[in-house]
Amino acid sequence: MSSLRPYLAAVRSTLTAALALENFASQVVERHNLPEVEAATSGEVLLNPLTISRNEKEQVLIEPSINSVRMSIRIKQQDDIERILCHKFTRFMMMRAENFVILRRKPVQGYDISFLITNFHSETMLKHKLVDFIIQFMEEVDKEISETRLSLNARARIVAESYLATFG
Amino acid sequence: MSAPDAYNIAQVPLTAHAFSPDRSALALSTNSNDAQIYAKDGYDWQPISTLKQHDKLVTSIDWAPTTDRIVTCSQDRNAYVWTKESNPESPSQTIWKPTLVVLKINRAATQVRWSPLENKFAVASGARSICICSFDEEMNWWASKQIKKPIRSTVLSIDWHPNNVLLAAGSADMKARVFSTFLKEVDKKPPPNVWGDKFPWSTVCGEYSSSSGGWVHTVGFSPSGDAMAFASHDSTITIVYPAAPAVITLKTTMLPYVTLIWTAEDALIAAGHDCQPMLYSGASTGWKPVGSLDDVNGPRSSNFSSASSPRTPGGGGGGNGPAVGRLNNAAFNRFKDADSRGTSSIPGTPSSPGGGLFGGASGVSGGELMTVHQNTITSVRPYEWSPNGTVTKVSTTGVDGKLVIWNVSAAVGLAPKLAGVHLR
Repeated sequence: MSSLRPYLAAVRSTLTAALALENFASQVVERHNLPEVEAATSGEVLLNPLTISRNEKEQVLIEPSINSVRMSIRIKQQDDIERILCHKFTRFMMMRAENFVILRRKPVQGYDISFLITNFHSETMLKHKLVDFIIQFMEEVDKEISETRLSLNARARIVAESYLATFG
Repeated sequence: MSAPDAYNIAQVPLTAHAFSPDRSALALSTNSNDAQIYAKDGYDWQPISTLKQHDKLVTSIDWAPTTDRIVTCSQDRNAYVWTKESNPESPSQTIWKPTLVVLKINRAATQVRWSPLENKFAVASGARSICICSFDEEMNWWASKQIKKPIRSTVLSIDWHPNNVLLAAGSADMKARVFSTFLKEVDKKPPPNVWGDKFPWSTVCGEYSSSSGGWVHTVGFSPSGDAMAFASHDSTITIVYPAAPAVITLKTTMLPYVTLIWTAEDALIAAGHDCQPMLYSGASTGWKPVGSLDDVNGPRSSNFSSASSPRTPGGGGGGNGPAVGRLNNAAFNRFKDADSRGTSSIPGTPSSPGGGLFGGASGVSGGELMTVHQNTITSVRPYEWSPNGTVTKVSTTGVDGKLVIWNVSAAVGLAPKLAGVHLR
């Protein structure tokens, strides 16, 4: 658990720097204003993507651009149960993406969940609060999944015991 | 040291602002399709009229100080010049009447500025071009002429040289350039200066790259026009002296600046994503930071004059004077946060070395930043001049919907405390 702190500190400072966004109208499509990181139509307004990894199972990919940042998280999955739980958990949220405002409906290839923060989000919400939210999310999601796994195991044990009791 | 005047104008971002010549009115773009004129009513600014014509976000506004005309530009590819006229229905009232500007661009306009003589204005655009507009008497509209080469990307900012011909432009292709905008119908031949001897139309008088390749967010000529400064997304400020010749790059550890102005021949103020205006001073031999205009150490309440409205964003009364019992609790939570979430900012210190990137501009207390502006500062403009021509007060607007008027001299008091802490 001790190595979580530098990992989150790195994510926090990278995200704070990446969130230096401004309103930028498309220079390719007339009268449009698109998140450049998604449209990817003009190369000069994209910055280099950055990966922060704690280990090969836990990584964060941050792709900044002039008016939007895409951030993808690979959540720790130790075994099959965690993999299923993680899938269900992220799917549940992504199906309700509009309620989470900055959540992307589909994760970027190779990651479990993606956020898309545009300049319109950083205008309506305080920037440091957005960063706090994502850091808190990263913290909670691990906890959530391991707690669900524990309660799942406990429940399985109870079910098995009460089932086998009928034979005993 | 006097406190800045802060006004909560709106709960929405203020994209651009410009004061009327007598400083009694203020033109604002409140992140919408209309520009609005506010007048001072007691301590507050109240909207008095709306400039309605654009149908996309108004990106920039400029108010000509002597001819009292407003020019606005927008992402709908248009610009309008607004002149004051008496209302035909009730002659005592004045209304703002738009005049068409034929820009001939097919992408968003990003910034507009009147030339010093106010017979021309320049519009920067996303069509990789700059339009120089002058008035066409015959057609009764503003006609434009475009500078296209060698701009490779959206032009983000422009600034006029005092000689009414040279124009600095910063663009997203990581370059700042100085162009000649000599129109023979309008301009008299300018005398040679440090940027060159002859200035035919669209000559590139200088081209400077941002030191580590960042979009050039803002450019500015010094009051004499003999130096130019630009700030880019790699968190640097570059000051160019073509006479010396010298190019001085200041690397900062703060988040990028998006706007700057010169306050004197040897000083400039830059502001941006770090939510506080910073004063820099120097000459062609070298530049150094002087300090922030924002007293991030000071008690929050004294930072607001009586003119300010109460601060609304963030966690309510969290920031102001916690009770003794809560103080311990806050300290406890801070260290807990530092341990579990990697928050490294400690309120009370302006920012730890390299603090720009770690935990925001400065300390966070009760969900609010310790700075007056709570979000990115979008524009800084001169507000008041001293008799010798140096700027004594500047106004800033930000994404947090605040308008703040700062005393430039406020930064000097902070110098010993801050120099060397913020920057290297």
